[in-house]
Amino acid sequence: MRIELVKRPQHSALFSALSPFIALALTLVAGAIMFALLGKNPVQALYLYFIDPLREVWSLHELAIKAAPLILIGVGLSVCFLSNNWNIGAEGQFIVGAIIGSILPVLFPEFQSWIVLPIMLLLGIVGGAAYGSIPALLKVRFNTNEILTSLMLVYVAQLFLDWLVRGPWRNPEGFNFPQTRSFHEFAILPELLPASGRANWGFAFAIIAAIVLWFLLSKTLKGFEIKVLGQSPRAGRFAGFSNARMVFFAFLVSGGLAGLAGISEVSGAIGHLQPSISPGYGFTAIIVAFLGRLNPLGIVAAGLVLALSYLGGEAAQISLGVSDKVARAFQGMLLFFVLASDTLIHYRIRLVGRQAAPAAEAPHGNA
Amino acid sequence: MQSGTNKDNGGVVKTTLNAGDEPLLEVRGLTKVFGTLKACDSIDLAIGKGEIHALLGENGAGKSTLVKMLFGTLEPVAGEILWKGAPVRIASPSDARRLGIGMVFQHFSLFDALTAAENIALSLEERTPIARIAERARELSRSYGLPLDPSAHVGDLSVGERQRIEIIRCLLQHPDLIILDEPTSVLTPQEAEKLFKTLETLRDEGKSILYISHRLEEVKRLCDRATVLRHGRVVAHCDPRKETAASLARMMVGSEVHAVVRAAPPKDADHSPLLEVAGLSREPSNPFAIPLRDIHLTVHAGEVLGIAGVAGNGQGEFFEAISGEALQDKAGMVRIRGKDAGRLDISGRRLLGAAFVPEERLGHGAAPRMRLSENLLLSRFRTDAKSYLTHIGIIRESTISAATRRIVSDMDVRKSSEDPEASALSGGNLQKFIIGRELDRQPAVMVVNQPTWGVDAGAAAHIRQALIDLARAGSAVLVISQDLDELFEISDAIAVMHDGRLSAPVPVGEATYEKIGLLMGGADASTPPTAAMEAV
Amino acid sequence: MGMLESILLTIATAATPLLIAAIGELVVERSGVLNLGVEGMMIMGAVTGFGVALTTGSPWLGVFAAILVGAVFSLLFGFLTLTLVTNQVATGLALTLLGLGISGMAGEAFVGQPGLRLARLDIPGLSDLPVVGRLLFGQDPIFYISIALTAAVAYFLFRTRAGLTLRSVGDNHTSAHALGIKVIAIRYMAVMFGGACAGLAGAYLSLVYTPQWVENMTAGRGWIALALVVFASWRPWRVLAGAYLFGGVSIGQLHAQAFGVGIPSQLLSSLPYLATVVVLVIISRNRRLTMVNTPASLGRPFVPDR
Repeated sequence: MRIELVKRPQHSALFSALSPFIALALTLVAGAIMFALLGKNPVQALYLYFIDPLREVWSLHELAIKAAPLILIGVGLSVCFLSNNWNIGAEGQFIVGAIIGSILPVLFPEFQSWIVLPIMLLLGIVGGAAYGSIPALLKVRFNTNEILTSLMLVYVAQLFLDWLVRGPWRNPEGFNFPQTRSFHEFAILPELLPASGRANWGFAFAIIAAIVLWFLLSKTLKGFEIKVLGQSPRAGRFAGFSNARMVFFAFLVSGGLAGLAGISEVSGAIGHLQPSISPGYGFTAIIVAFLGRLNPLGIVAAGLVLALSYLGGEAAQISLGVSDKVARAFQGMLLFFVLASDTLIHYRIRLVGRQAAPAAEAPHGNA
Repeated sequence: MQSGTNKDNGGVVKTTLNAGDEPLLEVRGLTKVFGTLKACDSIDLAIGKGEIHALLGENGAGKSTLVKMLFGTLEPVAGEILWKGAPVRIASPSDARRLGIGMVFQHFSLFDALTAAENIALSLEERTPIARIAERARELSRSYGLPLDPSAHVGDLSVGERQRIEIIRCLLQHPDLIILDEPTSVLTPQEAEKLFKTLETLRDEGKSILYISHRLEEVKRLCDRATVLRHGRVVAHCDPRKETAASLARMMVGSEVHAVVRAAPPKDADHSPLLEVAGLSREPSNPFAIPLRDIHLTVHAGEVLGIAGVAGNGQGEFFEAISGEALQDKAGMVRIRGKDAGRLDISGRRLLGAAFVPEERLGHGAAPRMRLSENLLLSRFRTDAKSYLTHIGIIRESTISAATRRIVSDMDVRKSSEDPEASALSGGNLQKFIIGRELDRQPAVMVVNQPTWGVDAGAAAHIRQALIDLARAGSAVLVISQDLDELFEISDAIAVMHDGRLSAPVPVGEATYEKIGLLMGGADASTPPTAAMEAV
Repeated sequence: MGMLESILLTIATAATPLLIAAIGELVVERSGVLNLGVEGMMIMGAVTGFGVALTTGSPWLGVFAAILVGAVFSLLFGFLTLTLVTNQVATGLALTLLGLGISGMAGEAFVGQPGLRLARLDIPGLSDLPVVGRLLFGQDPIFYISIALTAAVAYFLFRTRAGLTLRSVGDNHTSAHALGIKVIAIRYMAVMFGGACAGLAGAYLSLVYTPQWVENMTAGRGWIALALVVFASWRPWRVLAGAYLFGGVSIGQLHAQAFGVGIPSQLLSSLPYLATVVVLVIISRNRRLTMVNTPASLGRPFVPDR
């Protein structure tokens, strides 16, 4: 048996819509097999992962808290990936956004005013965007591969944060715990519906960002420019668009949104800086962006699905005794299946039986 | 012997293989289907020993598909191939080579990063050391008068030199049948003549040649027999020497091709210069690019100026410089409608009234995976910003759809759905759309690179006529083309680009194929022709 | 053992995994495929090597299992990018994320367990020579394998017909296909070779460099290996030079930490990553050179017409 691809004359609208669902279904099947191999009841496990967290209102709030950074980063990454800029350093931009955004409550705790929070959010955006502009600058100015530089900067940001919270920014009254002082009340991102749960304004930012970017991408010339430069850079240059400016635009937007996610996370969910402030949101958001087919509205849905896998992982750890690391394996599989299913959009897949006897083996085959 | 009772009743069927002569290669009912398209529909063909057999047909007739099946890169869905009388299955190019079939590809199958000798080694079955292969290649190239440096990197070579590597590589396999796919499309007329001599030598040595072309004159000049394809079917077997170019064209196209009408420009017309290039030089932007050197030209209102040249002599770099995809050092190097444009980007030049059509349709002139309406916006979002966009940059879909429909109907673009993706259109139809997209603006200056490359005869005639009509209506039209027939058909004057330099334009009345061909080979107009041949 | 000698020795241990992973990726990229999943394949090799060595008691079995798992894991990437023609960049990222996820899950039981170390290979007599003795003749076996691998790959690529074929596929897959070269089959083999190398490099980390299992213990080395290939302009001996340069940087910063030079350890730890960025900038700023050196088909999808 051999698999052959037959190019469709145009992309299939049907499979564009179906492919994320095919990928989800395949992931569930693979997950069930995995649980069976681990000796757990697959049905019960999948239920714990994907249904149980949706049954309680407080747990929906938790879902929103986990989904907010994934969506914020994911929609920013959609601009990058659509314009063929491979920013995989969102985790670093998230961290730097959190650090820069925390300057006021950490270094100037006595400055307490309603204006603190807006400044923090703004600084978070600026910090993330500035950090994102480094790989952009290196790409435009020195032709340096942005995949590698943006990723290297993640490690640098993580180590920098680690140094800050263990060194100069450590809470003087904190018994040597590696964390900053807790943020004061004016530096805390308010909860959306305090009566029913913890979800904060970060989720609202995520939805607003998704809607704005959806409009930008689907209705405006800027969105057209992003897609043209991503699909065929030469046609983009013929149109009169500047690729260099697009590199900056994409990295600034995605870096800024990752920075906003970072400061929202520390000022909303955590309340101080500590060595680890993200369970890999910046990387999981790559999966979110692809599962959402790089469409901001799809990314909202995809962000919720991936957030569910985080919550499910925690639930399953408690009830089943399986590691919360299983969730990461799940997420990795999901991206694989998403990419594989996307092939159906542009190609028909045909299975061909092996030819009876290959006439003659070419001598070139043995590399 | 000729098994093909003709399936088409329109063509002339003749068999010149004498009874008793066993053909070297015979093909019966060979069929290939891509999706719903029958690219080859039960083809019959016989090639005798020691003959040059032409395979004629226009773009899209199925010539390339047929030879790919003969060379083992495509697999037929039906039919059989007989080699020296015995049925064979050719599953891969190495099968073909083992039988004795060699191939010289149209878009060469060479590797830029490797040397000529390494390129040759890759298609030889035996495991000879590279140095020995280089030696044999050198000997062979000497005996056929095809000079070749085995240690040169292919990326640094001209298209003519690349073709020599392809031919030498093919000959080193000692084939009985050599397939050449449009070999003269990259040669000057003089180089083509040398190639014909080589091919005739090979025929006299008893080798057979399948010669694929759509150029009728050279088929009449060179070939002993011809098979004509149209829409994937054999429409005729004939002796090309007994046919006229017109009768061959009729067989290829199936109907009369309307000749392009080139009316004399009106006497009282305005002749002001609309496009002026003065002292344009350009450093190569990448290691494989050709530098441009001190180019001067002027195109006046009402005029079509043609630029001839062998591929890879700087035409692409020139187009990028004129269009503003690459900027000039001085603003005065390019002037459009009397205004300095050298420092303006492509949008700025469009706003001055210029329009551009690049050589590559998919990926340069159009984004393959975008719909036609989006591809309309691609080149016109600035010039037509008022009607296509709101003031905050929101796209007005309905206006653009209406304009797309207008262009589609003006240019007779055939398509399968309302607003298909560019890649879903055939080459000819997409080219008509891209040209129409620019004509729709009534540009004062139109610069086109290879307007009818890979386009069927009907569409090509339509496009050429549209370009002439645009000039006659008062615009300046600059056409860069490697197709000399085309340039002679539509140009008022022809200049030649060689190695990044541009010759002075020759008025079409004074131009001959020989004269232009010599310039294409790098001859200075003042140098005697013999010396020029040495320089090739 | 002298100070200098011990530093040189540790540089070799730091450089060896980078070298092996980068040599594997070099072959993959020479065939025109960009596999960004080195980090993922490496961590799979690390967890497999550690686990198998621990359960069987044989570090060598661990090494072989790691090579096998690396190769099989890379097949996932190969199937998606070569057969299903998915985007190579995205698929490589997916491989890394999947590898990190699965290894974290599989390695949970090994956290904190004392590991086995692959025995050194002392060459009697020679390894007792002063200074160079331990360095050249008393290393772990994989050190020698890494040097031999570099030489073998250099010989294969530039001195054999099969190597020429592999380079031709990386230069122009359309031409290669037209000549009847089996583009996809060759790329599958190259991808698997890269996977096997990454697996071996991972096993080196968990069986020689630091014989223990820590989640994410590759710590970006797979990515640095990718950068090394670019740094080396796709040439094997330059990969070796680059790997030792990076080994030097990471060992240098470790020694600086030990000596307490007054610079915070975290900032010193970030030096290898910053050095990667700087080196990439220096090497890629010459666009022409990059263009000439990069395999022309690198990362481009290939669908043969049939």
